[in-house]
Amino acid sequence: MNNIFVYCEVTEERSIADVSLELLSKGRKLADDLKVKLEAVVLGHKVTKPEAMLFPFGVDVIHYADDEKLFPYTTLPHTSIIIEIFKKELPEIVLFGATSIGRDLAPRVASALRCGLTADCTSLEIGDHFENKTQTEYKNLLFQIRPAFGGNIIATIINPETRPQMATVREGVMKKEVYSLKYKGKLIKIDARSILKDEDFAVTIIERHLEKSRIDIKNAQVIIAGGYGVGSKENFQLLFDLAEILGAQVGASRAAVDAGFADHERQVGQTGVTVRPKLYIACGISGAVQHRAGMDQSAQIISINTDLNAPINQIADYTILGNVADVIPKMIKYYKKNSK
Amino acid sequence: MRFRIIVLAKQVPDTRNVGKDAMKADGTVNRAALSAIFNPEDLHALEQALSIKDKIRYAEVILLTMGPTRAAEIIREALYRGADQGFLITDRKFAGSDTLATSYALSLAVKKLAPYHLVISGRQAIDGDTAQVGPQTAEKLGIPQITYAEEILSLDAKKIIVKRRLERGVEVVNSTLPALITVHSSAPPCRQRIGKLLMKYKHARTVTELQNETKDYTELYTERPYLLIEEWSAEDLKAAGENLGLSGSPTKVKKIENVVFQHKESKVLSNSDKDIEKLMQTLISSHIIG
Ligand SMILES: Cc1cc2nc3c(=O)[nH]c(=O)nc-3n(C[C@H](O)[C@H](O)[C@H](O)COP(=O)(O)OP(=O)(O)OC[C@H]3O[C@@H](n4cnc5c(N)ncnc54)[C@H](O)[C@@H]3O)c2cc1C
Ligand SMILES: Nc1ncnc2c1ncn2[C@@H]1O[C@H](COP(=O)(O)O)[C@@H](O)[C@H]1O
Repeated sequence: MNNIFVYCEVTEERSIADVSLELLSKGRKLADDLKVKLEAVVLGHKVTKPEAMLFPFGVDVIHYADDEKLFPYTTLPHTSIIIEIFKKELPEIVLFGATSIGRDLAPRVASALRCGLTADCTSLEIGDHFENKTQTEYKNLLFQIRPAFGGNIIATIINPETRPQMATVREGVMKKEVYSLKYKGKLIKIDARSILKDEDFAVTIIERHLEKSRIDIKNAQVIIAGGYGVGSKENFQLLFDLAEILGAQVGASRAAVDAGFADHERQVGQTGVTVRPKLYIACGISGAVQHRAGMDQSAQIISINTDLNAPINQIADYTILGNVADVIPKMIKYYKKNSK
Repeated sequence: MRFRIIVLAKQVPDTRNVGKDAMKADGTVNRAALSAIFNPEDLHALEQALSIKDKIRYAEVILLTMGPTRAAEIIREALYRGADQGFLITDRKFAGSDTLATSYALSLAVKKLAPYHLVISGRQAIDGDTAQVGPQTAEKLGIPQITYAEEILSLDAKKIIVKRRLERGVEVVNSTLPALITVHSSAPPCRQRIGKLLMKYKHARTVTELQNETKDYTELYTERPYLLIEEWSAEDLKAAGENLGLSGSPTKVKKIENVVFQHKESKVLSNSDKDIEKLMQTLISSHIIG
């Protein structure tokens, strides 16, 4: 069987994006299951130490094209180089981050290679499939599992016939795990100029204003998340107060973001960030499937809600029946009193 | 020559307003309980096209959609808001299309409308949230793509300058034409229906829809040919069978599960001082906080 490839995104700081390292961690496990190699594709310019960065994640081969034309990212040059590599290497599986870049690039590549692509997977597994219609058995397919239909159903998607099997995954969905600090692979240099043609430069960048993400709720150990039930931007301040003394970050549901109580960067859920903190305190959040998809892996969940029947309470370890505006000041008070 | 803009739009079930009866007891989606709407970001796409038409008088806006007979509703909706014409790609052979098969069919229809200058789609459809059809259609047409467009800053017959909305900021790019752009929801919302156009296109119908009408409209449609919405079948598009519908779709759905709650043993506390103090003590002593 052929190998697993991960497209590694280059960040503004010319390092490798977290989401790509998470995918390499997952890719390594799939590669071990299938007894194949893990290969990384890095297209950029003056990327900081790709070998030192990637080998510890169990990468066997890095395909690296270092060219000023490849940074910052534009669609066509990256597509052309990837297609060139894949036509030669015929990957079994390819993973991309479900980021602005990955979701721009992966569909274009899939269309050119006429293969299947599943967006925004929340889980990837290897399994067998028996096709009743043709009485055919398929061994070791990639099961691409994702929510669909606004999160109301979970679908398992497969690509029995075409290769590569391609999927995108959001940041924070897979765990980033170093495989072995001593792991060593090899690096293959790619000559971008020999592949790229004039047509690949139909789009040029005139201006860019990118900010480093200021808020990092993904790696927080404790998250205080607020929903529509918090009621106002002023009440949201209570959550920040509690977060401050607990060393926590503040998250939000989409309804709270839509209502203007919190920044979009704080949104937890299917279309926001996926988090798995030690403690998640859901304040005035009903617990719609789309929200739970991003937080139900939290080790402990506390729900503060005036409605005993709110769905969030069914996955909470503790439900405090009450008004956010009453409960949080009390939590602050008793935390201060009891912690030393 | 006219400046031809083709808008790709999809009719989708309104997954954002999923009520309690959206799922049937057997765990499948109850489509009947969901209303069908103009995919929200496709309305933003339509607005981009219409605002070009406001500025360039020789621009024309054509709406293209693939779906069942009922999808003609969104073509009428686009006509009411200022589109010039619409085409419905409809054929049972297209059933079960994934994004690859959909983009194949759409790209053939766009080619049939050549020469065109700009193709505009929404970023993603709310039923699948894939955001794949735009880029895949661009690839099949062999034209550049500009995803997540928020604003068209300038445009002439040969090039376009677009502001893109990315995760962490904005980017301004220049592209040659023809090109395909996908429009982000941060772009301006679509204008409302225009009364005069509503009157004008109220009776716009596809042939299939006309067959179901009791009244005979033959005369009306000979007099006002613009009222007839053209339908295109797989044959009209000269589409190759193996690239269509289920057989042209590399992705297959193996399994669908209804989302079920995992019940945990949950302790219910009151908001009394005593309960909250005890909880904070438990959290501190188990080193979860503090
Ligand atoms: C495709 C799609 C993607 C989505 N992605 C996401 C996502 O990523 N993240 C996300 O969060 N949502 C997402 N949603 C939206 C989701 O379906 C819900 O609409 C949203 O999560 C609801 O937010 P909420 O719980 O804050 O609001 P509500 O559902 O309005 O719940 C408010 C809760 O607060 C309680 N309450 C009211 N007043 C008080 C008070 N004073 N004190 C305590 N409790 C109170 C109420 O009992 C209720 O339980 C998505 C939807 C779709 C269709
Ligand atoms: N059946 C269709 N007919 C017309 N346009 C479509 C169709 N499916 C998808 N599109 C366009 O492609 C965009 C992305 O769709 P999706 O990849 O399904 O998220 C949509 O916003 C539409 O503009």
